[in-house]
Amino acid sequence: MDFDLSLEQAQLKDGVERLIAANYPSLETRQKLAREPLGFSERGWAQFAEMGLLGIPFSEAEGGFGGGPVETLVVMEALGKGLALEPYLASVVLGGGALRLAGSAEQKRRLIPAVVEGSLRLALAQTEKQARYDLNDIAMTARKVEGGYLLDGAKSVVLNGDSAALIVVSARTAGARRDAQGISLFLVPADAPGLRITGYATQDGGRAAEIGLSGVRVADADLLGEEGKGLPVLQRLSEYAIAALAAEAVGAMAALHALTVDYLKTRTQFGMPIGNFQVLQHRAVDMLIALEQARSMAFYAAMMVEHPEAQERAAALSAAKVQVNRSCRLVGQEAVQLHGGIGMTMEYIGAHYFKRLTMIESLFGDTPHHLRRVAAADGLMA
Amino acid sequence: MDLRFTPEELAFRDEVRRFFRNEIPAEIRRKVSEGRGLTREDYVTSQRIMNAKGWAVPHWPREWGGQDWTAIQRYIFTEEMLLAAVPLPQQFNCYMVGPVIAAFGSQAQKERHLARIANLDDWWCQGFSEPGAGSDLASLKTKAVREGEHYIVDGQKTWTTLGQHADWIFCLVRTDPAAKKQAGISFLLIDMKTPGITLRPIITLEGRHEVNEVFFDKVRVPAENLVGEENKGWDYAKFLLANERTGIARIGLSKERMARIRRLAQEMPAGEGTMWADRDFRERFAGVEIELKALEITQMRVVAAQARDPGRPDPASSILKIKGSQLQQATTELLLEVAGPFALAAPERGAEPTNDWPFDYEWADAAATSYFNNRKVSIYGGSNEIQKNIIAKAVLGL
Ligand SMILES: Cc1cc2nc3c(=O)[nH]c(=O)nc-3n(C[C@H](O)[C@H](O)[C@H](O)COP(=O)(O)OP(=O)(O)OC[C@H]3O[C@@H](n4cnc5c(N)ncnc54)[C@H](O)[C@@H]3O)c2cc1C
Ligand SMILES: Cc1cc2nc3c(=O)[nH]c(=O)nc-3n(C[C@H](O)[C@H](O)[C@H](O)COP(=O)(O)OP(=O)(O)OC[C@H]3O[C@@H](n4cnc5c(N)ncnc54)[C@H](O)[C@@H]3O)c2cc1C
Repeated sequence: MDFDLSLEQAQLKDGVERLIAANYPSLETRQKLAREPLGFSERGWAQFAEMGLLGIPFSEAEGGFGGGPVETLVVMEALGKGLALEPYLASVVLGGGALRLAGSAEQKRRLIPAVVEGSLRLALAQTEKQARYDLNDIAMTARKVEGGYLLDGAKSVVLNGDSAALIVVSARTAGARRDAQGISLFLVPADAPGLRITGYATQDGGRAAEIGLSGVRVADADLLGEEGKGLPVLQRLSEYAIAALAAEAVGAMAALHALTVDYLKTRTQFGMPIGNFQVLQHRAVDMLIALEQARSMAFYAAMMVEHPEAQERAAALSAAKVQVNRSCRLVGQEAVQLHGGIGMTMEYIGAHYFKRLTMIESLFGDTPHHLRRVAAADGLMA
Repeated sequence: MDLRFTPEELAFRDEVRRFFRNEIPAEIRRKVSEGRGLTREDYVTSQRIMNAKGWAVPHWPREWGGQDWTAIQRYIFTEEMLLAAVPLPQQFNCYMVGPVIAAFGSQAQKERHLARIANLDDWWCQGFSEPGAGSDLASLKTKAVREGEHYIVDGQKTWTTLGQHADWIFCLVRTDPAAKKQAGISFLLIDMKTPGITLRPIITLEGRHEVNEVFFDKVRVPAENLVGEENKGWDYAKFLLANERTGIARIGLSKERMARIRRLAQEMPAGEGTMWADRDFRERFAGVEIELKALEITQMRVVAAQARDPGRPDPASSILKIKGSQLQQATTELLLEVAGPFALAAPERGAEPTNDWPFDYEWADAAATSYFNNRKVSIYGGSNEIQKNIIAKAVLGL
């Protein structure tokens, strides 16, 4: 048993944390970057590339650096700690993951180097308005035509969908709306005729997009993976996303908890630091317990995300999401409460952590969704 | 023991219900229901309709526009208002400064202010909290020094709700720095146009301009604007904070939101059906409903006790405040759950909905902002920790 980082991993952690601390010296800077057209800094993204972060999950043969889930955890935790805006999840974990899991040798050769060097950003367009969190629920159609496919339908809350040049779109080549079979993935350039991208800000300062496709034509070569066999890929992507979000949440919660404890020590009312009031001490302890439970489950997620047995893996990742979600809620709400009025303002970074944690809860499955999945798997003990 | 209203009370309920639903513009009520911000005009419009009917300030003394209603009628009135998603009459005017002036103000102050307060001709805001004086309000430092016929006010207030709309601010100020804490505080009415007052907006976490910092730099306030006696301000503040108990739990508001959540869940697709078809969700919904019902009855017990014995202060109001705020927050959690992944979107929108709204669930962004904004209800007006301290001391003798 070993929960320690290797020397290289520790160096990676140190490097990313330093980069993010330098790029996000203050809340004002972060809010300014959030309002840039992309929703983050192009320069920051280039620095991610220089540091090798964008190549982490790809094998060396693919042009990457052959990192695994622990390296991703290290990066995501640092992003969470610094409330960073870079679309690492959207582009590297989701878009890059789709290439990694389903791409042909030719697609990988053509695209992965560009992702790694930072010149190509990806996004995953999966959620539809009727689908909530069900990965199989896809109404978007892809009709086979001579030499390619015609895509029709709409996708909702596509993370960083307005700053990606290439979008992985899930669509039906066969079957009914909720069938497991018949889902295919396509690589669609953001400037494809018939593609309409409406970007907007998200509650946590990030960006997302509504994407409409009407008669968008893609070539046969843009089919990603086998026709009709897209669902297992989407499931794997969701698992990778949960592992990444768990790590990000832990980084954010740890930072928010530290802010709160610090505030309890410095804010005085009734002639003493409010941290003298036992009721607040205990609340801060409950936050710590929730944080550590989430941290354990983030480790568990990283260890299980490449577990070979699909059902066990799925249940494990769902379990991790449940614990992380619950901890996000408790830590976020309590942090605001213990700060009093100051916790309620845009001017205070704590409120932004709270909002990010709230949104992490609702990404890739909320608590009831994943609880149901763990229960349906007959629990974790089997 | 009888939980039912009398036939007269039921008739009264129907009358106010009709009034709120027919007379207050649907557009304003829709904004309240959806948890969107109201403009100053919205508040003014709604309150003037009520005032024209004589119902903006029913809890005031009769001679200043109040109604001779029983505690139960007042309770029915407030609940119906909340159930119809009618904005409460501007609370700083009608529930705070108005009753204080009516009870402790000079005849000149009453004549000058009360009618204008009731009609929202003047917008009032509350200047109690300071950066260093939140839960420990009595440690406030803003000082007022008497100079001839004026007080010279220096200091800072904060968290001043909707101060950007205000014509007047009522403040607690320190007039005797030598006296111990509560003893040296006075209650002062200050015209916001007086030179030396500046306002800085504070944007609350959901993105609205809801509160402000207010700075006072050698602000000259006519001595006639002192309410009651100098250094007795703390007593008036306590009266103010204890004044409006009915409705403090906002049960009608939570019930209205629950009805809306049910409607949205019945429309929100999930799996083969809708969220409402999901039994687990309905159980969570029922859990909140049950607690709301219990609190509603608790509130009616408080109201009935008040009706019997109007003068008696009741620490049960702290129970209503704590549980009521928790349930308001619980309803926003359910709302957030219904919005699910779609709560993420926060497209910029002006005060009015626009046609280029890209989003299918155009209510979903307000689900998240309601959830965020409602974190305040366990903080302001005496935080829930402070309320529990009060109960522990006053009820349990700890
Ligand atoms: C089943 C059982 C088996 C036990 N076996 C053993 C044994 O084998 N050997 C042995 O020596 N003892 C044993 N104990 C005793 C046990 O260690 C004590 O019960 C324990 O230390 C609490 O002391 P108390 O019962 O006097 O409660 P108290 O100390 O009087 O506490 C009463 C309550 O006040 C709270 N409290 C006290 N101080 C504070 C504070 N500063 N801040 C906040 N809350 C506070 C407590 O948490 C508790 O809720 C056993 C007890 C039980 C119930
Ligand atoms: C949205 C909003 C609107 C507001 N509007 C107004 C307004 O219009 N006018 C106005 O005057 N004020 C207003 N307030 C201020 C509000 O009344 C204060 O925020 C509140 O009194 C808490 O004070 P504080 O923010 O300084 O927190 P603090 O008093 O610093 O409290 C921080 C934390 O410590 C806890 N705490 C403090 N003392 C104790 C104790 N003895 N025991 C246990 N726990 C304790 C609190 O419960 C809280 O969790 C508003 C606040 C908000 C958030």
